[in-house]
Amino acid sequence: MIPGSFEYHRPASLSEAIALLGELDSDARLIAGGHSLIPMMKLRLAVPSHLIDLAGVAELKGVRLDGGELVIGAMTTQHEIIANDLLAQRAPILRETAELIADPQVRYLGTIGGNVANGDPGNDMPGLMMALGASYVLHGAGGERRVAARDYYLATYETAAEPGEVLASIRVPIPPPGHGWAYEKLKRKVGDYATAAAAVILTVSEGKIATCAIGLTNVGGTALFASDAAAAAVGTALDKPVLTRAAQAATDIAQPAADGRGSAEYRAKMAGVMTARALTRAFARARS
Amino acid sequence: MPLTDVSMTINGKAMSAAVEPRTLLIHYLRENLGLTGAHIGCDTSHCGACTVDVDGRSVKSCTMFAVQAAGASVLTIEATAGADGKLSALQEGFREMHGLQCGYCTPGMIMRAHRLLQENPNPTESEIRIGISGNLCRCTGYQNIVRAIQYAAAKMAGLEFKEAAE
Repeated sequence: MIPGSFEYHRPASLSEAIALLGELDSDARLIAGGHSLIPMMKLRLAVPSHLIDLAGVAELKGVRLDGGELVIGAMTTQHEIIANDLLAQRAPILRETAELIADPQVRYLGTIGGNVANGDPGNDMPGLMMALGASYVLHGAGGERRVAARDYYLATYETAAEPGEVLASIRVPIPPPGHGWAYEKLKRKVGDYATAAAAVILTVSEGKIATCAIGLTNVGGTALFASDAAAAAVGTALDKPVLTRAAQAATDIAQPAADGRGSAEYRAKMAGVMTARALTRAFARARS
Repeated sequence: MPLTDVSMTINGKAMSAAVEPRTLLIHYLRENLGLTGAHIGCDTSHCGACTVDVDGRSVKSCTMFAVQAAGASVLTIEATAGADGKLSALQEGFREMHGLQCGYCTPGMIMRAHRLLQENPNPTESEIRIGISGNLCRCTGYQNIVRAIQYAAAKMAGLEFKEAAE
């Protein structure tokens, strides 16, 4: 499969990339790891006239602490997320999730910025970023602004990013020490998108869940923030009726398509099952 | 689209070809440079038959444009054996342990296993299976591929390969 023709640009800085986006035709596309865009180009579902490769922009790489937040450069690869000790200590759900994305080769090139930016509901990081309360830092000709992950996804492949903006980094508030976490992903095989998946971040105080946030992957037009499911768990010690109520609340907001992974009804049910499993594992991991 | 010169170091040698920006790395290697060791299997980044090593990363070369690899250091299966034809530890392992039947996946398997052993010279069986999970084989059932990689890991460590008890 041969992609359509395009002109290739390799800016050396973020400001150069933003300037190129402003000058070139409106169908110019940014390319990061390319493992969503190149397959779409090979199928001619995407036919950009210009590709702006962010691989040479050093300022988009790396992970650092800034106050109470982890700042992850958009061009940080999934492989680098898995290998990063700072992330493993402060927000280990990032490693647990990245290890379930695609396969080793894809993770060497696939980036966290590409995963969250393009608005594909099958991607695993958007639901996780909703659960973590992360925000995305968008840079454009007019400066920078931040958009909460929970407000970023408007529809499939449609996001709050304006034309000409580049998603430069992700800011993750560090979850409190002793927090519980889990990412549960049901998939048919290595490399598959989720049939359904759930990310849970919670804290426990005196044996009961004090705070809880849940994000769902690939069971709707966008990743979903499951606030009712989380509310069902807060204030409880997660007994069986609570788990049933939380799972039902997740199933209730899921609107998956029927596809090779199962019927819409089955996949919505699995959103609840993954929610219950992730809650159970996160609760077991948490310390009061 | 006009052709542009794309140069990179392949198997230690500087190489160059004039290609379109849309030319995929696998086509650049096979058609422009005549390096046909890396195979095209699925052409959809699933099967791993086209795996090569780019700047120390295992890459599915059907899902990278050659121009993205400009200036990079690339290793392919062609460089695996010594100049005198002596097999590498991995190649020897695949031969001794019957790690292939039709052989179509083998160049990708060996290039992926090469990087895996560079990063983790003494992997567990589970780490090997996860490490090659982006490479599909339709013949062997993987069992002998895992043994071949274990054989190579032992050989590279100067040890004799002993199979773990079932």
